[in-house]
Amino acid sequence: MNAQSTEIATYNFAYLDEQTKRMIRRAILKGIAIPGYQVPFASREMPMPYGWGTGGVQVTASIIGPDDVLKVIDQGADDTTNAVSIRAFFKKVAKVAVTTETAKATIIQTRHRIPEHPLNAGQVLVFQVPIPEPLRFLEPRETETRKMHALEEYGLMHVKLYEDIAKHGRIATTYAYPVKVEGRYVMDPSPTPKFDNPKMHRSPALQLFGAGREKRIYAVPPFTDVVSLDFEDHPFEVQTFDQPCALCGAANVYLDEVILDDHGGHMFVCSDTDHCEKRRADSTSPSWGGRAKGADGGNGQSSLSSTPTPARRADPRHKGEGKEAE
Amino acid sequence: MTDEPLLRVSALSKFYGSRVGCENVTFDLWPGEVLAVVGESGSGKTTLLNCLSTRLLPSSGTASYRMRDGQWRELYRMSEAERRFLMRTDWGFVHQNPADGLRMTVSAGANVGERLMAVGDRHYGRIRATAVDWLSRVEIDEDRIDDEPRAFSGGMRQRLQIARNLVTGPRLVFMDEPTGGLDVSVQARLLDLLRGLVTDLGLAAIVVTHDLAVARLLSQRMMVMKDGRVVESGLTDRVLDDPRAPYTQLLVSSILQV
Repeated sequence: MNAQSTEIATYNFAYLDEQTKRMIRRAILKGIAIPGYQVPFASREMPMPYGWGTGGVQVTASIIGPDDVLKVIDQGADDTTNAVSIRAFFKKVAKVAVTTETAKATIIQTRHRIPEHPLNAGQVLVFQVPIPEPLRFLEPRETETRKMHALEEYGLMHVKLYEDIAKHGRIATTYAYPVKVEGRYVMDPSPTPKFDNPKMHRSPALQLFGAGREKRIYAVPPFTDVVSLDFEDHPFEVQTFDQPCALCGAANVYLDEVILDDHGGHMFVCSDTDHCEKRRADSTSPSWGGRAKGADGGNGQSSLSSTPTPARRADPRHKGEGKEAE
Repeated sequence: MTDEPLLRVSALSKFYGSRVGCENVTFDLWPGEVLAVVGESGSGKTTLLNCLSTRLLPSSGTASYRMRDGQWRELYRMSEAERRFLMRTDWGFVHQNPADGLRMTVSAGANVGERLMAVGDRHYGRIRATAVDWLSRVEIDEDRIDDEPRAFSGGMRQRLQIARNLVTGPRLVFMDEPTGGLDVSVQARLLDLLRGLVTDLGLAAIVVTHDLAVARLLSQRMMVMKDGRVVESGLTDRVLDDPRAPYTQLLVSSILQV
């Protein structure tokens, strides 16, 4: 017996067999041809539980090639369990190069964020989608929702927004905010914060959405109109934050609240770790003095901001890897 | 009043296998006219109503509807998209059980506003003002606008369902036992309200009921059905006061006297 046979089972390139990839690519092509339309596909069992990105992983596996550079983020972070394990998975089964840098990646698989760094033509963003049907909680029957999509009956979507305003005085939906794609299909942009919705509009990157449990794939081709639904007198608006990122000082980015201790200490930092680290690296390289932020100096965490290394950086961000049921 | 009918039904039949749902029903409905369809349960009145409202496709026969632009369209040849559009703009359907016609998990205001949003109204303030107006027209307090219909009594739910249907100013409303399951005092108020709305708005309506009193109060004309066939039709007062068919005589004489 040669050395190879003593290794664990070998997989086909990128785990899925070629026939399966072919089937998924056909679904992807159909999705691209009909922007925002949910294409059913024969979702496979993956070596991970539903809700952890089985749809996204299958889409990535079907489009990845040996020359691709893969980045995986989970809520914007490169260093959380989901992101680390999916990245390791493709490193093992496809032997592709991986990166945490948005600009260097050719494929970015994401759970619930769009990177802050603008995407370029040629990049592919793969979303993990828990519930692809934007009308699901308003109309439980799949037969009926498909008919509503087919006949473009989207009044019900506004009923949800109406309810928001009636109850909260404003549109309180903050994530999975429904969008209309290319003036035709209403689509769930997956549970990304609505902060990211404007980034989908006429993006030069190809955006693919995979829902493994629900067995649906849909797509937004490059330079496609993606318009968030709203009312004339209650226009769509994104979240705003009163303070910049406590680590890198970035404004106009999406922030996460990080709990620091048991005494109510907390800070707001970039949800996009790559963006945050880049900014801090850029500001530190010219001179050491230029970086000092001191925004969190008062709560005993000043030592954190003085040594912004990735290893340390990961520390306060150990959030529970809660797979929220959206 | 125009001299053309709104709806023309000709030889409409619906069979469930070899069983008869309704057979050979022919009538014209005029704008602003209320037609009552009465008969005992199983006589085919609901089948007829469902066929007319295109919720069911008949086995044979035709029904044509005069659209707002004056064009005659054959209902069963229209595309599903056109039929559904008609259903939520020019028509209304009031179910016996309000839970079938309402969205029980969204507020009363949204229930009334849904049709407006479905036809493209995208102004929250305007939708809400219309909802408030309609709630007051069906005698529901304005401060209940954000309550879900689950918190409403049966009579209120039924009135909400009526408001939801009438908000787009339909010309034809189908009603399936609109007062079924309500106690008599609530029934009386609802009938009073319906009669007022129908007169004010000049609605044409087809009301299916087994209650001859409801027919008497609401309708100008009635059809009596038995075993899927129309056994007698005519002006409501004439049919009830001078029933000719033996079955109608039986029906009229079966009314309980208090």
